[in-house]
Amino acid sequence: MDLQIALLLGQDGIVNGAIYGLMAVALVLVFSITRIIFIPQGEFVAFGALTMAMMQGGKVPSTLWLLVVVALLSLAVDLWRMSRGDLVNWGASLLWSVAMPLVAAVLALVIKPGALLLQALTTLCIITPLGPLMYRLVYRPIADATVLLLLIVSVAMHGVMVGLGLLFFGAEGSRTPAFSEAQFQLGDMTISGQSLVVIGVALVLVGALYAFFGGSMIGKALRATAINRVGARLMGVPTALAGDTSFALAALIGAVSGLLIAPLTTVYYDTGFLIGLKGFVAAIIAGLASYPIALAGALLVGLLEAFSSFWASAYKEVLVFTLIIPVLWWRSRSSRHVEEDEE
Amino acid sequence: MKRLAKLGFVTAVLAATCSSVWADINVGVVVSTTGPAASLGIPEKNTFALLPTTMGGQKVNYIILDDASDTTAAVANTRKLISESKADVIIGSSTTPNSLAMIDVVAENKTPMMTLGASARIISPMDAKKAWVFKTPQNDAMMAGAIVDHMAKAGVKTAAYIGFNDAYGEGWLQEFKKAAEAKGIKLVATEAFSRTDTSVTGQALKIMAAKPDAVLVGGSGTPAALPEKTLKERGFKGKYYQTHGVANADFLRVGGKDVEGTMLPAGPVLVAHQLPDSHPATKSAVAYVDAYEAKYGKGSAATFGAHVWDSALVLAAAVPEALKKAQPGTEAFRVALRDAMENVKDIAGAHGVFTMTPTDHVGIQHGVVMVRIENGTWKFTP
Repeated sequence: MDLQIALLLGQDGIVNGAIYGLMAVALVLVFSITRIIFIPQGEFVAFGALTMAMMQGGKVPSTLWLLVVVALLSLAVDLWRMSRGDLVNWGASLLWSVAMPLVAAVLALVIKPGALLLQALTTLCIITPLGPLMYRLVYRPIADATVLLLLIVSVAMHGVMVGLGLLFFGAEGSRTPAFSEAQFQLGDMTISGQSLVVIGVALVLVGALYAFFGGSMIGKALRATAINRVGARLMGVPTALAGDTSFALAALIGAVSGLLIAPLTTVYYDTGFLIGLKGFVAAIIAGLASYPIALAGALLVGLLEAFSSFWASAYKEVLVFTLIIPVLWWRSRSSRHVEEDEE
Repeated sequence: MKRLAKLGFVTAVLAATCSSVWADINVGVVVSTTGPAASLGIPEKNTFALLPTTMGGQKVNYIILDDASDTTAAVANTRKLISESKADVIIGSSTTPNSLAMIDVVAENKTPMMTLGASARIISPMDAKKAWVFKTPQNDAMMAGAIVDHMAKAGVKTAAYIGFNDAYGEGWLQEFKKAAEAKGIKLVATEAFSRTDTSVTGQALKIMAAKPDAVLVGGSGTPAALPEKTLKERGFKGKYYQTHGVANADFLRVGGKDVEGTMLPAGPVLVAHQLPDSHPATKSAVAYVDAYEAKYGKGSAATFGAHVWDSALVLAAAVPEALKKAQPGTEAFRVALRDAMENVKDIAGAHGVFTMTPTDHVGIQHGVVMVRIENGTWKFTP
């Protein structure tokens, strides 16, 4: 191995690590606010990428119909809850069940975007509302259940979404054109524009999340919910809103990741799972709590993967998941974690 | 097709006279219509709709189960088909690992099986268990031999291999190594990747560092496009070879201009309409492609489905022999069917001509043609 190969592998590792990092950040976000270990996070990646690919193939993306169906179901559930006398936050309901699907439908059916960026925007408009709608239909009724139950439901949702993915997109994969065809020469190394786009978008997203949680009122309310659910509710923070928002962000991050990797690799209906799993490893390194450590962990996973694929490609997956063990051991020694109290 | 029509006529007459006496023939099918091998399983499953509904005067039921590309599910499905559906013969599964796992079950229950998997390891070395297993897809060895012959003719001295990190990739590596050594081609790098990998940069760099004249990608379906695309991106200038596992339209769509000029060995059915009339598989191959495309749309036929077509041809030839000895649904029938399948001769299928013997359960001749990818289509190169 010479320096040039090491640099190329490093570049590959960092680009993949950035994607795993986004996954990890989304997982930490969802877990810290709702206590849900969100296994289907990776599926948003595949849905995002394949929705975009379908639009480029000149077809109306099937995910739009999924969105419409899920939105109507969620609306029906809200109406039923109102008829039972429950308090329904109609502002949020109308936003996710009516306004966003309408915008997505207009974009996908009427405007039929041809430009790359507009297609990307349409994809985001279709995928993002799926997050909060999924939360409303599946997780909200069991929001106070144990972490284990929430995890089991997550695994089931993963199964459902992979199945839907196969139904919508078929068994074979797709690729999309790159956002940037540029090539940069740095010494004797070539850096592709697309990999810079990946890293750039990842950094911007993480930066934006940082500003959101540090600066905005909603961000602070979310953090309050994360720290103490009951306390936040007593202070007037609507915890259901926290669920909506965290799932919207998770779906958005997933869809963005999908758009970012689709030009770099072939995406299949089940590609998301392994990406999500590696993000999950990174999130675990961070104890499902810290964003910066999750990012660092993701970089570690990405680099480990790149270098082990060079040295011993047949054992790559084994190496990646085995080398994580000492890190986890060290984490479990050094962090004093509080057992979640089971009511 | 004519043969089938004739068969159908005889069938109808026989069916009218004695169908009430005998039970139906149950064909248990295990294919991977979901999961990573779905691109193989779906055309295979589609092909069953084109098959004859009677054989040797008996009604044939096809009971199709999906194994989700999962070995455990393939074994469970096989057990279920044999014990609950009283299958007289099993067709499947789509992949080598699944087929290997099913051998124990069919041998234990004395049920003949026709695999759609490619590896020669499924049927050789021949032993008491594998005596129950037949195979219509070409052996890897035949395909590897065709590739190596082509490499030798093109003046390739050193080659690299990158394949799936599973039984498919491993099987190809062994066959390719054997064939290459025999022709004096040196294997300078062997790498592995997984179907779900999103990046193979590490492997590509290692291959480029070894500077081979040609590289062979041992993968199937669209995942096999990734190494080739990565190597092209990194500027590898050597010759590219793929296996017959990529012979479907989706590979061309995903590969795009990066797979132009790639050579691969394939069953004649892939280029059915370009074959010369003198090729023994032409008639059946054209019949299959036309029947499939009439039902599922233009350009939809894939070589994988044709293995089912060929299996049915072999089965249709063996069933009348077996019916002379026993009734469907009994062990005696299954044993007789196995014996009859072992002795079928000169069955012209879509992938070649089949002549089985007790030691050779593939028995395919004229089964390989070399194909080049040109302008996004398969081009027959004699």
